[in-house]
Amino acid sequence: MASAAELDRPSDALENFRAEVRDWLAANFPASLMGKGNALASVEGPTEETPEMTAWRKAMGEKGWGVPTWPKEYGGGGLSRAEAKVLADEMARVDAWNPIGGMGVMMFGPTLLEYGNEAQKREHIPAIAKGEIRWCQGYSEPNAGSDLANLQTFAEDKGDHYVVNGQKTWTSGGQWADKCFCLVRTDKTEKHKGISFLLIDMTAPGVEVKPIKMISGMSPFCETFFTDVKVPKENLVGEEGQGWTIGKRLLQHERTNLSGGGSRLMPSGPGLPDVAKKYVGTDAEGRIADADLRARIAKFEMDWRAFLLTAMRIQAESKAKGGVSEVSSILKTIGTKLGQERAELTIEIQGLQGLGWEGEGFSEAEIHSVRAWLFGKATTIYGGSTEIQNNVIAKRILGMLDHQ
Amino acid sequence: MAVLNEEQTMLRDMAREWTRNESPVTAWRKVRDADTATGYDPNVYNEMAQMGWAGIVIPEAQGGSDFGWLSLGLVIEELGRTLTASPLSASAVAAAAIVLGGSDAQKDAWLPRIASGELVATFALDEGPRHDPENIKTEVSGGKLSGTKAFVAEGDSAGLFVVAAADGLYLVDGNQAGVSRSRRHLTDFRSHADVTFDAVEADKLANGGDKLIDQVLDRARVVASAEMLGMAQQAFETTLDYLKQRRQFDQVLSTFQALQHRMASLFSDIELMRSAVEAGLAAIDAGGDTRQAALLAKTKANEVGHAMSREMIQLHGGIGMTDEYDAGFYLKRMRVLEAVWGNTAYLRDRFARLGGY
Repeated sequence: MASAAELDRPSDALENFRAEVRDWLAANFPASLMGKGNALASVEGPTEETPEMTAWRKAMGEKGWGVPTWPKEYGGGGLSRAEAKVLADEMARVDAWNPIGGMGVMMFGPTLLEYGNEAQKREHIPAIAKGEIRWCQGYSEPNAGSDLANLQTFAEDKGDHYVVNGQKTWTSGGQWADKCFCLVRTDKTEKHKGISFLLIDMTAPGVEVKPIKMISGMSPFCETFFTDVKVPKENLVGEEGQGWTIGKRLLQHERTNLSGGGSRLMPSGPGLPDVAKKYVGTDAEGRIADADLRARIAKFEMDWRAFLLTAMRIQAESKAKGGVSEVSSILKTIGTKLGQERAELTIEIQGLQGLGWEGEGFSEAEIHSVRAWLFGKATTIYGGSTEIQNNVIAKRILGMLDHQ
Repeated sequence: MAVLNEEQTMLRDMAREWTRNESPVTAWRKVRDADTATGYDPNVYNEMAQMGWAGIVIPEAQGGSDFGWLSLGLVIEELGRTLTASPLSASAVAAAAIVLGGSDAQKDAWLPRIASGELVATFALDEGPRHDPENIKTEVSGGKLSGTKAFVAEGDSAGLFVVAAADGLYLVDGNQAGVSRSRRHLTDFRSHADVTFDAVEADKLANGGDKLIDQVLDRARVVASAEMLGMAQQAFETTLDYLKQRRQFDQVLSTFQALQHRMASLFSDIELMRSAVEAGLAAIDAGGDTRQAALLAKTKANEVGHAMSREMIQLHGGIGMTDEYDAGFYLKRMRVLEAVWGNTAYLRDRFARLGGY
């Protein structure tokens, strides 16, 4: 088992690479963009790009470093994991952020690299690597949430193309996306084997999106309606009927990414102990004045560290064995649970000041923590709810079967 | 459910019928969408006052019915179920301060107007975002009161403030120069305001003695708990109905044992919450030292209300996250009520201190 220290061990080659990264960042990342990355783009929508931001995105895109471990031939960085970690460390050191992101990077790209044909990879991967095309996910439907395989959106075979009709919901970023990777039904007689993985152009005639307002006041999701949408057959990934397999594989990538669901929504500012010291105060020995709160913060900090160690261990083991570990299910359940705990603690610490909706009496950070707390309630629901993840753990990992 | 007398049963039934017919959650949604500083519909409060609710804890001599706190709790529980916004709780708590600590002249001057619903009153205690009654900076000097109170419930519409100063409670007429209010827009979209008193006329509630502030706080805590009880009960029932109706994997969700056990556990917790809240209300009617009963009521309300409002969202899944659905309202209001008059950590600490450990 690799320890944290081993992952960090430097080598000469890596040190040379580190020097190269430093030089390149010094030449390409302007100090004026420090900390200006929009970590919440997937929730609050893309930020208006300044010319400097565009230049930075293009520079990273050319280098392929937005997707550092993807193959070079499709526009990726072609880096080893160790090199990618050096890149991430060096970027963090100068407060640089990755301008290439979204569902294309997190989920669709890795899946297409595995299942797409050569023409599809050449068409779609470089555009993702350069941050030119935004992807959204067309999975859930009003009656296909946790029971995703119950989806009814139908792609009718018309020879050289399909005609798609149906409704998707919870389409993340649907209103901002250029293209959608979709699970559709190509066969109504088989539940799982009737599903196919299809790429749909969001600008095609017959595609309509309607944003859904959430309890946080934000609208990061949409309802998406397909009415007689013509989709060329070249846009089928894999074979007809292979959609469930491909779609599930993509969800493994999603879960790996969402395990930070809480952390992604965590403000980058001070940690809980500092927030508590500020709002609650300290005793003569510098301890958080509220002993009960202090104990719960300590518990959270320890749980969070144990979670990060587990994430590192799973990553190391997956790398050793090859492929994504099924244990990734526990990362999502635990990561999202801890993210929600942190959000609840944050608002508790701040008292009523931590429950502000708007107005001058609240700082940006305070308002943000409220919206993140509310939106964070979705993290244990989307991307496979905690209940579904626990089913996966019980059935696939533990072999606990349903009533026979 | 507490054993109710005939009067209380009638009151409860009337409140239940009225909230369901006249003030369902859709009515709150309209108030929320209007997004006014006042945070409630004055016509609705007027209707409530006409049914006598604003005078439930006010003596008959001053125009109330003196039905008591358990009776008031029954009404507030029903209002909590449908998230009916009104200054009923705030006014009742402020009225209690006058009943307990006021002179005959003070009672005659203010209580009839509160009982009729014409006047909104509120208890202004805390000076920061976290409940901290031991640190009151507001002072009275030369007969004039100065200080700032934070997040005062119904602070935007209150005509009378019962203000906690370092040496006791004072009545402050809100309609005088030197009283300024600034709305604090919280997630629950109800009225909360920072209120500054700059050398204002203040009339001390001199008859209550040292225990007055604790006695008023006990009432504030049980009244908040009653609202939380109604909210938790409704959140539970709405969730149960949804689980019995939503189908996934070709069966209704309520057939899944994992969900059955969670609902059974929440059901049990709400029963404990109900016992604690009703006992807190009844303790105040009985008199004597009510501190422990009030601490217990609010602590259980905080704990169970927190869990139930969280589970309401999770058990509904995606639909529960949408603004179009009501679950978010219960979550947001619940967290505000958890924070007022003592969060769980604060209340546990007080409970232990009171027990001498």
